This record gives sequence, structure tokens and C-alpha cells, in this order.
Amino acid sequence: MSPTFEFDGAEIAARDGQTIAGALIASGRASWRTAAGAERGVFCGIGICQDCTVTVNGAAGVRACLRTACDGDVVEPESR
Amino acid sequence: MSRRHVVVLGAGPAGLAAAVAALEAGARVTVLDEGERLGGQYWRHHEAITDRRLQHGWERFERSRDRIAAGIAEGRAVLLQRAAVWRVDVEPLRLHALVGKPDAPGRRRVVVRGDALVLATGAHDRALPIPGWTLPGVTTAGAAQALAKRDGVTVGTRTLVAGAGPFLLPVAQSLAIAGARVVEVLEASRLPRHAAGWTARPWELAAAAGKGLELAEYARSLLGQRTPYRTGSGVVRILGERRVEAAVVARLDRAWRPIPGTEREVACDSVALGHGFTPRLDAAIQAGCALTEAPPGSPRFVVADPDQRTSVDGVWAAGEITGIGGADAALAEGDLAGRSAAGTPHAALAAARRRRDRTDAFARRLEAHAIQDGWSSWLEDDTLVCRCESVEAAAIVRASGSASRALRLATRAGLGACQGRTCGSSVEALCGERLGLDARPLLAPMRIGELLGGSEATA
Ligand SMILES: Cc1cc2nc3c(=O)[nH]c(=O)nc-3n(C[C@H](O)[C@H](O)[C@H](O)COP(=O)(O)OP(=O)(O)OC[C@H]3O[C@@H](n4cnc5c(N)ncnc54)[C@H](O)[C@@H]3O)c2cc1C
Ligand code: FES
Repeated sequence: MSPTFEFDGAEIAARDGQTIAGALIASGRASWRTAAGAERGVFCGIGICQDCTVTVNGAAGVRACLRTACDGDVVEPESR
Repeated sequence: MSRRHVVVLGAGPAGLAAAVAALEAGARVTVLDEGERLGGQYWRHHEAITDRRLQHGWERFERSRDRIAAGIAEGRAVLLQRAAVWRVDVEPLRLHALVGKPDAPGRRRVVVRGDALVLATGAHDRALPIPGWTLPGVTTAGAAQALAKRDGVTVGTRTLVAGAGPFLLPVAQSLAIAGARVVEVLEASRLPRHAAGWTARPWELAAAAGKGLELAEYARSLLGQRTPYRTGSGVVRILGERRVEAAVVARLDRAWRPIPGTEREVACDSVALGHGFTPRLDAAIQAGCALTEAPPGSPRFVVADPDQRTSVDGVWAAGEITGIGGADAALAEGDLAGRSAAGTPHAALAAARRRRDRTDAFARRLEAHAIQDGWSSWLEDDTLVCRCESVEAAAIVRASGSASRALRLATRAGLGACQGRTCGSSVEALCGERLGLDARPLLAPMRIGELLGGSEATA
């Protein structure tokens, strides 16, 4: 089964078990957060740097590089 | 047979080897790891997505995984995955973890008690700040590796791999297999003569260690793609509006200072940076383990005795936290630590110690790639050093005269969301003093409600 989630209003299809970051990158995105006005995406890829955080189902500060994409997740970009 | 309960923090090569060894010695074992799957960094994988060419020493992984599964069936092993350990107490020994989806609210609070603890928390990439390094498309080398292995994706299609150390080679290979074109691999160090000529005979770098074959394979794959491997070179600026469009590459002198007049622009849409590794020491620091001394900006490690015991009674350490030595060293150290923690006497560990000592050669070779002070000369005043709080180099240099606490409060460098994990060593190097950024009250991010709320279940 391949999960589909919503990101910033768009439908994103993930491969089963892919992280949210992996699925966003596969969809052609390199960034999904802003920091001091500049865009950010994945940096460390393993949960260390906090650059990749998104809001998932209303909970802020979720590391997209650690979190497996689930069917029906509602993912929103963050800015800090 | 041992009746001890050995708790292992970390399920990378070191932690898995420790768990298997402790089970073999008859102990009860509990393994905790925050990851979704076992294997740590070296064996990061996804059953359906990972290309088998990216997996090395896989039989050892499968054997370890199966041995732990057998231990679970025997009722002697417990495996807690997706378990973020946020606190370690040693008297009495207690590990506090949040179990559930990463960063999800309402994770289960769990406490694990035991007789002995093996710390095997590994390392993360160290990437030096470079003008433009916050642009989307710039990742650590490890991130490129993790995304390729676990998610089957690359951030770009034309990637420059830069930094220091043999780890750049598997990263270049993974990028190529996952579909990116690796435009160049840049090694900042000027390798000693006997290790030079990498593109011709790179496996000689590690001929002494078991890594030789693996590295030879990476080198062949670079040659196959006609990717140049240049030593004494680095990325000194990354260019782009909203994402990476090009990078400025320069020759570096022995101290890693860019040599004026050697700059050239390389077209690329992604850059993978890895200047070495930073051991994840915070659990060991919280447990009170003694660390080695090192100048500010250089990594310290957990001090371990010949049987991998730390300075704290009942606590052992293995893998990258005791010195960067790669997966083979992590396996051998974990094996020794697991046996010793299970109560095997020193005299019965001679063979395990010899296996561990044989991996030293590769670790010593890595010293040729150590970060050199001259890197700070590629910074510009407005280069962001602390990515979380967007603190510029000039502000850190200005504040470097003040006492540590004043500096931290004034610039906020190292106080952001990542708690100094990314920039801490660089900030300390620029300030010329240790700031204690790695002594963290919480080992993992948690929500205030999780910190305050609810009772802890015993695992
Ligand atoms: C991103 C990355 C990719 C790498 N890829 C390779 C590679 O492909 N080939 C190679 O030769 N080397 C690679 N390395 C080098 C790597 O350090 C070693 O090869 C090897 O994985 C080290 O083994 P270890 O057991 O010491 O640590 P690790 O493999 O890092 O394992 C440590 C484990 O501890 C867990 N952990 C740490 N803190 C906590 C906590 N508080 N709570 C719960 N769990 C915790 C982590 O989740 C991790 O699984 C990579 C390093 C990084 C950072
Ligand atoms: S990319 Fe660093 S935490 Fe996700």
C-alpha cells in the first residue's frame, strides 16, 4: 500500500515506509521550512539538526527525516 | 552463566554486537533505539527500498537481528524500538524513554532498570560552516547516505561531495546508485604520500584493515563514473538564490586555508558535506563518564578501559563514542563490551580484546583527515554558523572574548532547537574555548507535557 498525505494543500504519494522528508524530496521539493526568511529542508537526515521540522496532524516540531509518512497525514510547513 | 540484566543504548553495529555477546554470555538484555529499524547508521535500511549494493556486512546484521529475536523468544531479550531515551540515571541504573512515532504527542513513557549499561550512541556528521551552506540542496554526507539507503532518493541530480575522510566514497557511490551524478569528490586533507594516488589505488589507504575491499569497490565505482577525486581541495562558497545553483571550489593548503587564485566555479544543484564525525556523547556525559581531553573544536571521546568499561561503575561504552573507527571497530568494541558487561572476567576476554585491537589501524589512518584550523578563513562575516538561531560568524567572533555564559546568552549560538549538536564544535573552535554545550539536560527533544505528565511504565 502506498500512503498518501497532504502537504500545504497538495497530495503527496509516498512509498510505503518512506519518511515524510523522503517523500517530499521525491515530489521535487528541496525545502519546506523558513528560518529567518530563508528556506530550509533536510540537512543532517538523521534527526540531529532540526532543520527539517514540519507540523503533522496539528503537532508542531516533527522531524520529517525521522517520521514515516502515514496515509492521511496532514503536513504543514513551519517557519521560525 | 550470567544472571545480569544488561541494558544497551543504541542498536547500531556496536550496540547490536554488545547485545548478542551479552546474550551469548547468558545475560538478560534490553536494547533501546530511537530508530524505526535496527542497524544504526551503517546498516540503515528499508526492506523494500534499499538497493542491496548499498549494504555491507549484511549477513552479520541478519545474524545479529536473528540472535536478538531468538533471545526475545527465549524470554531473555527485550527490544524497544522508536524509543527515544531522554534521561539516563546510574544510581540506581534507570533509562527513561518515550516510545512511539518520532516527535508525536502522547508517546508512551517507559523506564528500564538493569544491572549494567552499554552506551553505544554512535556519531553524527560534522559539517563545517561554509558561506551558503544553509541553502536547500546542501546536506551532510550522512544525510545523502541516509536518504539514498532508506528513502531511495537524492536531493539533487548533480552533486558535489566535499569534506574529509574515506566516508566520502560510500556516499558518492550511494548517490550514483540512487540516481544522481557525482560531479567531483573533494578531500580537504593533503594525504600523506603513501596514501596519495587515490584514484589509482585508493584501497591502499585501508589495506591494513578489513575496510580495504569495501573501499576498493567504492573507488572502482567512482572510476566507472569518471568522477574526479581531488585531495587538498574544498568547497569555500555555495551559490544560489532559493537553492544550490553552483559552488566555488578552491585548493586548500595544509592548514585547510583556501589558496588565493585557485577558485573555480562548479555547476551543481546539491552539495554533500562531511568533515568528519561528532560522537553523540550526551548520554555518557549525563551518566558521569570521564571524557578524553582535546582542544576546543576537536572531538572528545568516552574514556574506556581495555574491556570497554567507562569511569562509572556498571557502565560500558562501545563504538564511535569511544573514538571514530568505523563499523568494524564498533562491532569489535561492542562484542567486548557486551561480554564484559554480562560479567565475563577480564582473563576470559583476551581473544575479544585482540579482535578489537586489530581494528585500531583503520582508526589511526583516519587521523590524516582531521579538521585543520585554517577552515575559519573561508567564513565571511555574515556566514551563518548557528543554523537554528541564524547567528553570523562575526557575532560569534565579536563575543568570543566574553565569558562563556555571557557569550551564549548574547549570541544564542548553540542554544537553538538542535542544542548545539550541529554548530557546537565550530562555535567552540571560533571562540577558542569549550562551552559545555554537549552537557544537555534532555537527551532527546520532548514536549513540555511529556516531560511533566503521567506515570512511567516499566519495560
Ligand atoms: C548519517 C550517517 C551515515 C553513515 N553511513 C555509513 C556508511 O554507509 N558506511 C560506513 O562505513 N559508515 C557510515 N557511517 C559511520 C558510522 O558512524 C559507523 O559506520 C557506524 O555506524 C558506527 O556504529 P555505532 O554502533 O558506533 O553507532 P551508530 O551506527 O551511529 O548507532 C548508534 C545508535 O544509537 C541510537 N541512539 C543514540 N542516542 C540515542 C538516544 N538518546 N535514544 C535512543 N537511541 C539513541 C541511534 O538511533 C543509533 O541507531 C555513517 C554515519 C552517519 C552519521
Ligand atoms: S534533517 Fe536534521 S533533523 Fe531532520
